[in-house]
Amino acid sequence: MTPVLEIDGLVKHFGAGRGQAVHAVDGASLSIAPGEVLGLVGESGSGKSTVGRCILRLTDPTAGTIRLDDTDITHLSRRALRPLRRDVHIVFQDPYSSLNPRFSVGRIVGEPLRRHRVASGRELADRVAAMLERVGLAASLSRRYPHELSGGQRQRVGLARSLILEPKLVVADEPVSALDVSVQASVLNLMTDLQRDMGFSCLFITHDLSVVKYLADRIAVMYLGQIVETGPAAEIFASPQHPYTQALLSAAPVPDPVEQRERSRVVLGGDIPSPLDPPAGCRFHTRCPVAVERCRTEEPALVSRRDGGGPVACHLVTGADVPDLTAI
Amino acid sequence: MTGARTAPNGDGPLLDITGLAVDFDTEDGVVHAVKGVDLSLGAGEILALCGESGCGKSVTAMSIPGLLPRGARISGSVKLEGRELTTLPARALRDVRGKEISMVFQEPMTSLNPSFTVGYQLGEVLRRHEGMSRGQARARSVELLDLVGIPAPDRRIKEYPHQLSGGMRQRVMIAIAVACSPKVLIADEPTTALDVTIQAGVLDVFRDLRDRLGTAIILITHDLSVVADIADRAIVMYAGRAVEQAPVTELFARPRHPYTMGLMKALPAAVTAAGVGERPRLAEIPGMVPTPMTDPDECAFQPRCPRAEPDCTASRPILEKAVSESPADGHTVACFHPLEGEGR
Ligand SMILES: Nc1ncnc2c1ncn2[C@@H]1O[C@H](COP(=O)(O)OP(=O)(O)OP(=O)(O)O)[C@@H](O)[C@H]1O
Ligand SMILES: Nc1ncnc2c1ncn2[C@@H]1O[C@H](COP(=O)(O)OP(=O)(O)OP(=O)(O)O)[C@@H](O)[C@H]1O
Ligand SMILES: [Mg+2]
Ligand SMILES: [Mg+2]
Repeated sequence: MTPVLEIDGLVKHFGAGRGQAVHAVDGASLSIAPGEVLGLVGESGSGKSTVGRCILRLTDPTAGTIRLDDTDITHLSRRALRPLRRDVHIVFQDPYSSLNPRFSVGRIVGEPLRRHRVASGRELADRVAAMLERVGLAASLSRRYPHELSGGQRQRVGLARSLILEPKLVVADEPVSALDVSVQASVLNLMTDLQRDMGFSCLFITHDLSVVKYLADRIAVMYLGQIVETGPAAEIFASPQHPYTQALLSAAPVPDPVEQRERSRVVLGGDIPSPLDPPAGCRFHTRCPVAVERCRTEEPALVSRRDGGGPVACHLVTGADVPDLTAI
Repeated sequence: MTGARTAPNGDGPLLDITGLAVDFDTEDGVVHAVKGVDLSLGAGEILALCGESGCGKSVTAMSIPGLLPRGARISGSVKLEGRELTTLPARALRDVRGKEISMVFQEPMTSLNPSFTVGYQLGEVLRRHEGMSRGQARARSVELLDLVGIPAPDRRIKEYPHQLSGGMRQRVMIAIAVACSPKVLIADEPTTALDVTIQAGVLDVFRDLRDRLGTAIILITHDLSVVADIADRAIVMYAGRAVEQAPVTELFARPRHPYTMGLMKALPAAVTAAGVGERPRLAEIPGMVPTPMTDPDECAFQPRCPRAEPDCTASRPILEKAVSESPADGHTVACFHPLEGEGR
């Protein structure tokens, strides 16, 4: 089956003056199959949101290709992009700033229909009402304004707006991070229901590992602009291969004091390197507890493991025996 | 009273708060931010204050060292080693803040002054409160940065806040907060803005401070896994009140308040243990938190509670010893129909 989204060697550099550039994304490749939820995780500043913004062409990539349903959209003009915008939508983290405060809920949710001239008048109003109902909001809320809603309600409005055109792909950038657990639970349930019903694919960006563990079919782990490991979620959680993935999973606490206090952790030394001047060789080598000489000079490619598991960018994993850091 | 270890002087806990209530006068009327919190903290204890957004965690924390904004009305008692703080004159309170109780906030960038070096800001605290000379303060600053796990501290003290990562800045804030060896450190969501790998290091710093300096810590967080990781005891707040209090292992093993149970069951981790990617439904807590503008004489959680009975609207439950025999002491709950402790 053709992937809904395929990114190959994506690069995004932001000019930072004096000839310098922020290497926000530096050669990231990933693909999402129809109906699949891909969780994109990694530390703050690793380039997750930038990947999402490139996919939506909210920012123009420096190099690499982005294909949506086999159409190369990397260099399409705004005009040529327009019809494709119906197929891809984004849900943002911040339910406050992503909704126009001067528009009513009904206007916000109906906006994509209006912009793409899909519906108007009575039909538009009906579709908005149906969509609001689908995300669990009373139709009467459509006359309210964002500031009159709770965080969870606002996030539902954001979802309704993203889904009203029945897109093939939804990019969700930290959609539940600002929400309390009890509200988060209802938004995650809702996303699951809608995704199963409507069958859209989803790039789910988050730093919360318990959320990706719950939601994602597959996971891609980013470090300093690159994807260092991808694979089925169950496999990555059961046996993370890249030392960074191992550190990340071992550092995320679990909500059980007995279990949590018995876990061992891979401690990372050193500072997070600057994206202005990423380290040569493997980007993780400055913090990696098991780096060897080769890691300092030679950049590892994201290649499949010999045992057939998901691809990993680590000389030690792909070239020799898998190090088990938790045993050190 | 609530199971805190006693202070070294033997008579009562280090910090003892009873009946704390805080109102704000606003244009729309009176906001009852905190409606009655009892809290005690023993020497060297790490106490977590948790609950969802708006339940009054920060207001409770701010009221301890007298940092509430103007327009806040506080009642109840806050005693540090038996000394009442709520009635202290501003001057005396400033001394308490510098030397006995200090705070760390969520966003380390806004708490540090961008135009001074880290060393200057740390040294300033030491000179002002400890009367140290420039040279003494410098030497002590290096020690403190080392204590909070900052590598190459003698180089770091010459740097400005923007040259440090978020985790480093938070460590600097902690170093400043413990510069005068406070008895109590209050940390309000100190790791919420940090990556988990960095968070783990900062939590280690707290553990280390407690172990090496005996600092008692009140850690405010909405993250139950952070509570599970580091706290000795936890208080769960709902709508301005403490609704449950227990040693952490006891709280997670046998939550008694239906709200605490609801929070624990709503976590994705509650269902993923069985298998990744199954996506069973998460438990939701129906309804919404009540407005802080009113305070009816009933259980505030009752409209959302699966165990509510008619008596829950007749009066308000107070924090009492959990009913059935429990192996751990000091488990209290404010509920007329608490869970029997059957576990999660
Ligand atoms: N418009 C921009 N101009 C300059 N630099 C930028 C811009 N947008 C992002 N960056 C930089 O690019 C890098 C990647 O940022 P990005 O927002 O993609 O990270 P992220 O993984 O989403 O982080 P977070 O988890 O904090 O949201 C960071 O160093 C960031 O400062
Ligand atoms: N200065 C103020 N004026 C009026 N109301 C206030 C003020 N500060 C806080 N409140 C209100 O008091 C209540 C408790 O707020 P508080 O900041 O303590 O919550 P919290 O538990 O710390 O929440 P969060 O997890 O979001 O930080 C809220 O309803 C809040 O809106
Ligand atoms: Mg981001
Ligand atoms: Mg707060």
